[in-house]
Amino acid sequence: MDISAFVLFWAAIFTSNILLTNFLGMCSFLSVSREVESSFGLGVAVIFVLTITAGLNWIAYHYLLVPFQIEYLQYIVFIIVIAAFVQLLELIIERYAPALYYSLGIFLPLITVNCAIFGVSLFLVIRDYNFIQSIAFGAGSGIGWLLAILMLAGIRSKLKEKLIPAGLRGAGISLIITGIMALGFVGFSGIVAVQ
Amino acid sequence: MTELILRDIGILTLVSVVFAIILVIAQKVLNNYGILKIRINKKRDVEVQGGNTLLSSLADKQIFIPSACGGRGSCGACKCIVTEGGGPLLPTEKPLLTKQEIEGNVRLACQVKVKSEVQIEIPESIFNIRRFRTRVTKIEDYTYDTKGITFTLLDPDKISFKAGQYMQLESQPYAKMKQKVVRAYSISSKPQDETSFQLIIRLVPEGICTTWVHQYLKEGDEVYLTGPYGDFFIRDTDADIIFVAGGSGKAPIKAMLEDLEIVGCNRKMTYYFGARTTKDLYLTEYMQHFESVFPDFQYVPVLSHAEPSENWQGRTGFVMPYF
Repeated sequence: MDISAFVLFWAAIFTSNILLTNFLGMCSFLSVSREVESSFGLGVAVIFVLTITAGLNWIAYHYLLVPFQIEYLQYIVFIIVIAAFVQLLELIIERYAPALYYSLGIFLPLITVNCAIFGVSLFLVIRDYNFIQSIAFGAGSGIGWLLAILMLAGIRSKLKEKLIPAGLRGAGISLIITGIMALGFVGFSGIVAVQ
Repeated sequence: MTELILRDIGILTLVSVVFAIILVIAQKVLNNYGILKIRINKKRDVEVQGGNTLLSSLADKQIFIPSACGGRGSCGACKCIVTEGGGPLLPTEKPLLTKQEIEGNVRLACQVKVKSEVQIEIPESIFNIRRFRTRVTKIEDYTYDTKGITFTLLDPDKISFKAGQYMQLESQPYAKMKQKVVRAYSISSKPQDETSFQLIIRLVPEGICTTWVHQYLKEGDEVYLTGPYGDFFIRDTDADIIFVAGGSGKAPIKAMLEDLEIVGCNRKMTYYFGARTTKDLYLTEYMQHFESVFPDFQYVPVLSHAEPSENWQGRTGFVMPYF
């Protein structure tokens, strides 16, 4: 695919936001978006893990799965790579950057099972990105995810004092807000297409 | 075809094994904090292997902080004050702590990891918790299904507890019951007896431990108990006291009354003992003798299923309306 990594990066944030157009990574998006502070922590962790696992899984795909013609095992291998990397990262941060561990590290186990991470790894295979494009797409998707969860957390913190029908409180109103935000993001879609 | 599948499985296994090895090595290298010191109540030091939780590190050193959920951070029983080295408060602790507790440096011992020298404060009573080797010296039949069992301490040979606290009794395998179980029973004797204590145990149909106690335990047997645990004891105020307890629930109340008999008590006290029939009543005269010991104490047995033939003169029904 001949699209510049720079364009891909911006496209991943706005026009094909991993959360608002593909609806990936919803579970932690809904459960951690109660406060802006923790949303930010989780979002930064997602950016970090997404960028690096996109690169790692690109290498795993092109230097392990393709040569041995076992592309059909990509699901399992990608998951193993993501899980092992997150575990390792958690150990390293806990040891060498305790302050960072307490703000980011606790979110890492949540991220292992975040489908946005896995989704990005699959997209870069399906869309046949090269290594640089993969990294850019990973980083962009992460920032896009952070943007989406920050917006939702900001709105939800304003909602605390508002009267909401009982049946809609919590996940209900969050999903409606997410839907409206997704509609808003449709406005970006004409700028550049990556799909 | 089969070869290909085997090769693929081999590659996948290899990938998994490589990652597993990397993680195991990382765990060994990165999670190794060496020997660290935990300073308790500013006077006692214990040395532990770093990297584990405070709860498990202390348990290794025979200091048993209470924990009901086994360290999953869901019960909040393992609260203790960490004055130094606990790191910032974790989001896993926040929901279980009040604002005052957070300001008072209260943490959950099962969430705090020992990564540097730690200073903690815990109630002195936690040091009291021991595993006692005891000998059964007396078994009394109180009713057809309730026994009072006296344990004399062998090692350690002294116990210090508050009236109302409980012990955990370890049963032994018997008949078809192959495993040991641990069950909690309140101490029914006064804390001034330091070398022995009594438990009152009522037979529960199909109960593993109570069946063992009632049908297999003999005088002279050696038994293990851990404790004392619990914070069910009388607070030092002037308020009136209402005791409500039926069956073997009389145990802690008996311990409290015997304790108060020695230290003295002028508070207004009433003990409502709920039971089904006269067959379930026990230690009635002993309880009534406390009415002459204290200036204002009354023992009120209440029967819910008394037969006319029993000729019961006392109160009937349930205890609640009589308060």
